[in-house]
Amino acid sequence: MRQLVVQLLLIAGTLIIAWRLLMSYGQKAQAVRRMGLLMFAAFAIWSILDPRIWTRLAQLVGIGRGADLILYGLVVAFFGFVVTTFRRFRELENRYTQLARRLALDEAGTPAGPQDVDPPAPRPLPTTSVPPQLPPSLPPSFSPASPAERPPATDQGALPVTPIVKAADAD
Amino acid sequence: MGMNNADVWLVVPLYNEASVIGGVVRESRSVFPKVVCVDDGSSDDSAATAERSGAVVVRHPVNLGQGAALQTGFDYALSDPEMRYVVTFDADGQHRVSDVEVMLARIRRGDVQVVFGSRFLDRSGQASTAGILKKVVLRSAVAYTNLTTGTRLTDAHNGLRVLERSVVLRLQVTQNRMAHASEIVSQIGSMRLDGRAVAIAEEPVHILYTDYSRAKGQSLWNAVNILAELIWR
Repeated sequence: MRQLVVQLLLIAGTLIIAWRLLMSYGQKAQAVRRMGLLMFAAFAIWSILDPRIWTRLAQLVGIGRGADLILYGLVVAFFGFVVTTFRRFRELENRYTQLARRLALDEAGTPAGPQDVDPPAPRPLPTTSVPPQLPPSLPPSFSPASPAERPPATDQGALPVTPIVKAADAD
Repeated sequence: MGMNNADVWLVVPLYNEASVIGGVVRESRSVFPKVVCVDDGSSDDSAATAERSGAVVVRHPVNLGQGAALQTGFDYALSDPEMRYVVTFDADGQHRVSDVEVMLARIRRGDVQVVFGSRFLDRSGQASTAGILKKVVLRSAVAYTNLTTGTRLTDAHNGLRVLERSVVLRLQVTQNRMAHASEIVSQIGSMRLDGRAVAIAEEPVHILYTDYSRAKGQSLWNAVNILAELIWR
């Protein structure tokens, strides 16, 4: 009974920590995640050198075997992975949709009114509610340009040199 | 304006409907000259057929889903300064143009900004031909949508809608796949126009359930998908 309570508390605590870590954006959250990863690696090496550490740790929190503790940890980590992956894909899909829509609308042109008034400016695609995480490797002048601010294409039709944007860090 | 419906754009999401889209576009254009079909990466002849029948066709380079196609159609219609109303209309021939005319007459009275079509207000009682299981699914979807959006609709998953420009301007469909119907209702439910909630009306519409549309229609499994997409948005 006492063990069950400890387990529940432990799981709740881990879930809250994991949730806060995974649901937060920005440099701080990323740094914390990276530090966590480093600590995890360090602890992995420690447990290779001293395999009984897991059992001692488990008994410290009222779980019988070290293997069980690892299992609980893995379950939490796996769900965290599912949630972040799902969110990452949604974000990616959002950007991809906006890109495809822009292409489709540009190709279709604007509806020709009977009196042929000036074509209205293309409606800038709204940004997603989620702020895009710009990787730190970008020059400070870089900002997601709205259509009106796009640099003019060179007349040779050569592709302008664009900074290589690496995908959001997957850690 | 008004009488020749030059201020109305029909937005038709189009995906692999080559066998019916020609007739749907021609019939619609006899009343509504401005029809934009958003071809969602069809692998058949849909886009070319729609274009030959007189519709403007905006082509998604890849398949994105019906919700994404609707939003693309909204963006296109908004680029026409003459547009006052957008009608969302299905490509598979299940909607009647005469129903759209009634809905437009309703919104032109000016006291509402949105008119939804409802299968369950249809006095001919044809909603019963939809099958018991499907009715249960549709009713639960309505109940769920009303519960989560604070609206009071009788049929939230109907493809027939008439929206005023001010509403279209503020809509931002991000649910690419099936959950977009609930998303549209939800955004309209929380929308404010000059500080006031959007006024909504419903009009009965008759759905032409043909074997063709039934084969393509939302299955029970799709209802599960809709629910999942709504919860994990």
